[in-house]
Amino acid sequence: VHPGDCTVQVHSGRGTVHPEVLRLGLRYASATILGSNSRCVALLGALTHLVRDYTTPADKELPRDLEDNLNANVAYLERCRPLAVSMRNAVKHIKRYINATPEKTPDHKAKSDILKCIEDYLKERVVLAGQAISLFAANKIGKDDVILVYGFSSIVFKILIDSFKQTRFSVVIIDGRPRLEGRTMLTRLTQHGVPCTYALLNALPYVLERGCVRKVLLGAHALLANGRVMGRVGTALVAMVAHARGVPVLVCCETHKFCERVQTDSIVVNELGDPLELVVTGHGDPTGGRLATTLNEGKNLTLLNLSYDITPPEFVTMVITELGMLPCTSVPVVLRVKSIEGT
Amino acid sequence: MIISMSFYSKDDVLAYYEQCQRDESKAVAVTAIETLIHFMENSKAETLQGLIAEMNQVINILKHTEGNVTSIASGCELFIRFITLESVVLESSPFNKVISILVEEGSKFIKKISKARAKIAQLAQQFIENGAVILTHSISKCVMDVLVEAKRMGKRFLVYVTQSGPDNSGKGMYDKLIESGISATLILDSATGYIMESVDMVIVGAEGVVENGGILNKIGTYGIAICAQYSNKPVYVAAESFKFVRLYPLNQRDIPNSLKYNSSVLEATRGDTRYQHPKIDYTPPNLITLLFTNLGVLTPSAVSDELIKQYL
Repeated sequence: VHPGDCTVQVHSGRGTVHPEVLRLGLRYASATILGSNSRCVALLGALTHLVRDYTTPADKELPRDLEDNLNANVAYLERCRPLAVSMRNAVKHIKRYINATPEKTPDHKAKSDILKCIEDYLKERVVLAGQAISLFAANKIGKDDVILVYGFSSIVFKILIDSFKQTRFSVVIIDGRPRLEGRTMLTRLTQHGVPCTYALLNALPYVLERGCVRKVLLGAHALLANGRVMGRVGTALVAMVAHARGVPVLVCCETHKFCERVQTDSIVVNELGDPLELVVTGHGDPTGGRLATTLNEGKNLTLLNLSYDITPPEFVTMVITELGMLPCTSVPVVLRVKSIEGT
Repeated sequence: MIISMSFYSKDDVLAYYEQCQRDESKAVAVTAIETLIHFMENSKAETLQGLIAEMNQVINILKHTEGNVTSIASGCELFIRFITLESVVLESSPFNKVISILVEEGSKFIKKISKARAKIAQLAQQFIENGAVILTHSISKCVMDVLVEAKRMGKRFLVYVTQSGPDNSGKGMYDKLIESGISATLILDSATGYIMESVDMVIVGAEGVVENGGILNKIGTYGIAICAQYSNKPVYVAAESFKFVRLYPLNQRDIPNSLKYNSSVLEATRGDTRYQHPKIDYTPPNLITLLFTNLGVLTPSAVSDELIKQYL
């Protein structure tokens, strides 16, 4: 689905789509909400409304019917924009909890328990996790460090802002087309008084060396079971060049983004963005549009706008999670420990 | 509860520690824990917090010795964790009884970890074949035990030992090897590149094993590991599990100064270490082939697994 082309079927199969979820789907499709954490938090908000407004039909039982309803709503969101790993994990967690509702629980109690489950997930796995990661990362940020970041990541932003209160450092922001999310990072960091340098991806090797960058802080969309990091397209490049220059690469990722999927390259599972984004230079240039149509008619040209890429673990020095600082190879261990705990 | 300013005098602690150190075959961490147990026995603390505060004071004094601070730090942290966990189990008993139980359990703990080196020596044997040429760095009791056991099993092998400046500790290793009847050659640190093509493997000890499976060891280890990787020779590390330390250095600069330099040096230069020579360096896990520990033969990534299992 691309902006300007939002026709999505709303009534589908069992159950209708809740208005909050409807609104959310449109915000996803139009790229109003970007970023793994933001999308997950928005989803949890919408699901809270859904559960609160839910009433069990006369001939049905809450666990089964609510799950069907949930599935219908999630299917709608999937058509607006493929679910992020964080969102998938959240939905899985909530469904597991709903399924475990003991029989004969009165509706109001079941609902309030499920609402508490959603609230706890948000609080523990997103908010508190973010604070814990910020504390761990602060140990690795020293006075007068030059820290390189790529694009925009909510957790990296939080770490930088929290650490800047204790230590002075400067930041180099590398940005990549077509999203140019680094501009958001630049605006917000400078608002907090952090000295910043801004450059595009093609300047990376030069800036890394000349700017005396001490470390690289990256966010992640997901961490895969074979230790690979899935991040915004361009992340793998940044990690590779930093590794080649001997600059440590720190990936910051909450455990709710850990995924049991195994992927060896960036092509097999990915998300395609609007190919026209590659052509239009982002200022609503009308001539760009005509250029795009001309190019598109060329049958030998495919415009490929990948959203994510995979960074191999040998380029990553450490992963900072709320459980502590881990090597990339320890992701399956955390997944194993977490699945034993049942969270 | 009133927390006294200082429970034990520095001299008392150091005197007891020196006394324990006299048995040179004991690991440094073991003597540190023995010192802690001794002072715990005489403690007048009435709560767990009080006891841990006293122990931390002793630990701070021990960390200021000139020797192997990394091992002391890891051993002591392990012991504090051990006390905390045991006390939770003994919650209902009156505290002075708790202390005597802790002392008893502590002595059993020491006996158990003292057997670690023997187990490591056993595990390492499958990697040493007849005719092997081994390169080692500086002096390590763990590596010594591995080589002595190999000799005992009747294997023929040759050992190159680096001199290991600035304190020439490698000479001590060389002397002990010769005493045990093992063929050894003492080489200059600068000759490791030259000798690498002639060796079959590198075996080093570790002062500390960090969270990602890398090691902290006498300065020079990193260089040897790089050389070995370039020449495709395996690098094995012999280290007991009580050397696993909760540190995760990003690079050489990221190693805490308290481990790199003697505390007397840090005090004298007031933290300006630009002209001081570090005692240890960090060897990252990608340069290490396997670690021989009392928990088994581990790959560097398995070290992190073990730590997660213990601490989570």
